[in-house]
Order: sequence, then C-alpha cells, then structure tokens
Amino acid sequence: MNTVLLINQLLNGVQLGLILFLLAAGLSLVFGIMDFINLAHGVSYMIGAYVCATIAIATNSFILGMIAAIPATLVLGFAMEWLIARHFYKRDHLDQVLATFGLVLCADSAVKYIWGPRGLSVPLPAWLSGQIEVLGVTLPSYRLFIVAAAAAVAIGLWLVITQTRAGMMVRASASNEEMARALGIETRWVFALVFAIGATLAGIAGIMVAPISGASIGMGSQIVILALVVIIIGGIGSIGGAFIAALGVGLIDTLGRAYLPTILAAVFSPAVASSAGPSLASILIYLTMTFVLIFKPSGLFPPANR
Amino acid sequence: MTDNNAIVATSAERSEPVHDAVRGHDRDFLAALLILFLLALAPFILNLAGQDFWLDVLLRAMILGIAAASLNLLIGLSGLVSLGHAVFLGIGAYSVGILADMDITNGAIQLAVAVTLSGLYAFVTGLIALRTRGVHFIMITLAFAQIIYFIMVGLRQFGGDDGLTINFTSTFGDRIDLGQKPVLYYVVLGVLALVLLSFSRIIKSDFGLLLKAAKGSERRVMAIGFDPFRYRLAAYVAAGAVCGLAGFLDANFTSFVTPESMSWTNSAELIFIIIVGGLGTVSGPILGALIFLLLEEFLGGLTTYWHFWFGLFLIAVVVLAKGGLAGLLNGRGART
Repeated sequence: MNTVLLINQLLNGVQLGLILFLLAAGLSLVFGIMDFINLAHGVSYMIGAYVCATIAIATNSFILGMIAAIPATLVLGFAMEWLIARHFYKRDHLDQVLATFGLVLCADSAVKYIWGPRGLSVPLPAWLSGQIEVLGVTLPSYRLFIVAAAAAVAIGLWLVITQTRAGMMVRASASNEEMARALGIETRWVFALVFAIGATLAGIAGIMVAPISGASIGMGSQIVILALVVIIIGGIGSIGGAFIAALGVGLIDTLGRAYLPTILAAVFSPAVASSAGPSLASILIYLTMTFVLIFKPSGLFPPANR
Repeated sequence: MTDNNAIVATSAERSEPVHDAVRGHDRDFLAALLILFLLALAPFILNLAGQDFWLDVLLRAMILGIAAASLNLLIGLSGLVSLGHAVFLGIGAYSVGILADMDITNGAIQLAVAVTLSGLYAFVTGLIALRTRGVHFIMITLAFAQIIYFIMVGLRQFGGDDGLTINFTSTFGDRIDLGQKPVLYYVVLGVLALVLLSFSRIIKSDFGLLLKAAKGSERRVMAIGFDPFRYRLAAYVAAGAVCGLAGFLDANFTSFVTPESMSWTNSAELIFIIIVGGLGTVSGPILGALIFLLLEEFLGGLTTYWHFWFGLFLIAVVVLAKGGLAGLLNGRGART
C-alpha cells in the first residue's frame, strides 16, 4: 500500500471530519438545548459558501470573502431564529421537520434566483493553492489550512463552552432550562445566541469547502443529513461526542471511497467495483449509525448532565 | 409526551361531545367518497374539455395519494414519524424496472415482488427502528432509506445515478396492459379507493384503536396487557407494502425510476401531503396530494422559482392549520 497516498487520504478524511464537526456542533447544541431538529442547518452552510464565493470573485481575494461571509451567516442565523425557529421550540418534531424543510426549499430557490442555477467556484490565493512538504510527504496546503483553521475553531468553541460565563449559561440552559431561567438567565437570548453561533459555524464550514467543491444549490441539504448522523452517533447535545463521531464518519467516508473499489476489485469486475465502492462507503456510515442506535440508543458519548 | 399530558389530552377529547367526533369522521369519509367519485368522472370531463394533460396530473396525485395514505397509517394513526417512507416507492418501482430489464413483464409477478420486497424490508427495518423513539426513529428510518438509495446509486448495471428506463409496462394476461393510460387510470383509482376504504375501517377497528392508544401513552397500553411493538410492526409492514404497491404503479406511469425518488426530500414531501390534507384522516392523503400537485402545476407555470412560494406555503400550513385542510373541513382545528 502506498504510504504517501494513505497519508493524503487520512488528511482528507480528517478534513472532512472537521467540516462535519463544524456543522454538527451547531446542530447538536440546538438539538440538545432547544430540542429542535433543524433540517435547514445546511442553509447557512450554503449561504456561507455563496457569499464567500461572490466576494472572493469580485475582489479576487479569498480572505476578504471569508471575512465578509462569517458575519453574513451570523446575521442569517439570528434572522432564522427570530423568524422561524423560535416559534417551533415547543412544537413536536414533525412540525419542526416540515417547517425547516420548507425553509430549505425557500433558501434553495432564493439562491437560484440570486446567483443563478449554476454553481460558483472560488479562486484560491497562490499561497494556499500549492503543496507543502511535511516530513518528506507532499501535502496540498489548502487541506492543511482547513484542518488547522477548523481545529482552531473547535478548540475555541470548547474553551468558550467550558471556560467562560457565557458557556456556563449555555450549559445551564441545556441541562435544565426552567432552573436556569429561575436563576436569572435570559434563556431566550441564550437560545438565539446558540442558534446564531451554530449557523455561523455551519457558515464557516461552507466557506472552507467552497474552494474545493465550489458553491452549489442543494449542497446544504445533502450534508445536513450526514451531520445529523454524526450527532446521533456522538450523542445528542454532546460536543465531544460530535467531534469524535465527525472524525470517524469523515475517515470512514474518505478511506472507504479511496480503498473499497480496490478491495472489491479482488472479487468483482473493475467496473462494478468502481461504482459500488463509493456507495458502500456511504452505506457503511448509515450502518454504523444503525448499530450505534441498536446497542447504545443515546449515542456513544451522551452528555453526562442529562 | 408524559403521562400527565396524556391524561389532559384524553379528558379533553372526552369532553368533546361524541356525536361531533362521529360527524367529523363521517364528513371526512364523505369527502373521500366525493373525491373518488369526481376522480372517476374526471377522464370524461377532461376529455370533453380537451384537457387530457390534466389526466397525468390526476394520475400522479392518485399514486402519491396511495403512498401518502400508507404513511398516514404510521404518522397519523400511530405517531411514528418516518422520514424514509419514499424508500418503499423506490423498492416498488425498481422491482418493476429490474424485472422488466430481465424481460419479465408479467404484472402479477412484478406486483408480487414489489409488494413482498417492500413488506420484507419494512419488517426487517421495522424490527430495529421500532425499538427507537422520537428523533431516533426519524433518523433511523432516514438511514434505512439512504442505504437502499446508495445501493441503487452503486448498481451501475441498473442505471446507477442516472436511473433506469423501463421499456415494458406490466401486463396481466392478454387483456390488461398498464401501459394504456385509461387502464392504468382506473386501476390506480381502484387501488386508491381500496386503500382509503381500508384506512377508514382500520381507524374504527380494535387494531387502529390500539395504535392510537399507544401513540397517546405506551405505558398504559402495556399495562392493560398489549405489546404495542407487535401492532406497530404490523402497521409498519402494511404501510411499507402499500407504498411498494404505489411504487409499482408509479413505475408503470413514469416508465422511469431513479435513486432520487427515494431521497429524504421526497419522504418529506409525503409528510407534507398528509399534513396539508389532514393528519390521520381518510380523505387527507388524496386531498393533500391533489393540492400538492395543483400547487406544483400552478406555481410551476408562474415562475421557475416556485419552490420558494411552496416552501413559504409549507411553513404557513405548519404554523396555521394544525389539522390540515381536512381538519378545517371537519370544523375541527385540533389534530386527531
């Protein structure tokens, strides 16, 4: 087996895992704290990518695109919470699924109206589009950049939640909303903030994948399902669980796509193997979730305080 | 729902005069009969008006109505929110497609395979899924749909991502060929009528009552000596098999099947249909399917961005009309 290739695939897997974590973190917090199933979580992922792409193309600077897109998704997050989500926290999951599905349809159409049916691709600055040699292995520098940036965001999130007063309020609201309110925490604001931060994290994920796979309509509704799988595996409401599950899912997907066709080719014809391999990788993810639900219904790492 | 809520809910339902509930059900049942009657007349009227195109819309609505009615058994009656129900449409349609690909066009064989495979898949996945609750049930049904979705994407010999064109329609003997539009129309209408009438019987049966009771309070149903799991599994298998039948009909109608037909957005559309029509009602699924397709035709004719207005409509329906349009028809705002 080719070691350089393996290292590259591992890097890709970790990168996908971290992107999934950025999506899953917000989803898991919103779900864990407000009991709100948000299928429209992918909307800010998509909008982040589109805003970043537009600014980056106009100014020819990816960094400017990034700087513009992050506050844009934050505002979008507050708007979605205020207009839609907040009215559904106390409703049953069925209503939440439908309302957020409606939101997905609206957002996809709006994007089609504003940016047209064709996707956008984002140019990378020269210093990010090259390759870097690390310990004798050549790696694409942008993937390393994603890993570093996403890891920094993940650590930042963890620090905010565990070390700050605001984080304490979030944790208090999560474990017992009524008690938190009785102690003088404005849970309404905590909810709005959590939702908006979650949307921003998803937006950052969208910004980061934009240079790799471009911005396209429907990019959010596909990946939000994977992010949901991640939080089910990790345990709803658990950030640490989401982190580990996201890395696991990212690695299964990437390594499966890379190596399953080769493994299958030993048994089946090459044509069958090359088309069935990637599918099998996706199926493996859903089977993993199924097994987790059978043996540990509340996820691998359920939050301790609930 | 906690037990306390269940007590409040049941006593609230009880305080409603009985004859009102009965009248509501009767009105719903009459609405279903009226729609079926109009659908039976539609081909003649449309033919006179020279609007044969609308026949296709009605056909699609009836097929979606059958699929939605099967989902109604799960969501409306049993409170089991499945976000993967479209998978059975796909299994039914692919059964026709793959068998036709192997030159087997005997409708009886295709139908048997479509319904058996759907029922079997529902049985196997139901054994696992029905042990979970709430959002986990939503996610696990979604996962089981995604698994079949990716299997069909991966099977390149059956079209993979691009889908499978079905060159032969199902035939029953020499007489009945589902490729003929009028034949297909009345077969679909017959199936729809059968499904809706069965549903109205199930609602009143002990089986339906038990599913409803288990939706309200699982613990109490167990306390009086019934195991809700077995009844739910039976409902799940029946719903899967009926939806597979809808898939069988759909394959004959469109002569085409893609993995996309099993995507979660299609499952969400089925949920939308029964919510708009009225959760747990007899007329709801077909009413919702008609509204869904009329909206699609109407908005789609006005603008390419019709999904935007459709999405807004969807949100509005969830916010405003809790009992769906059939609920308004029955003069009741609350869900059954």
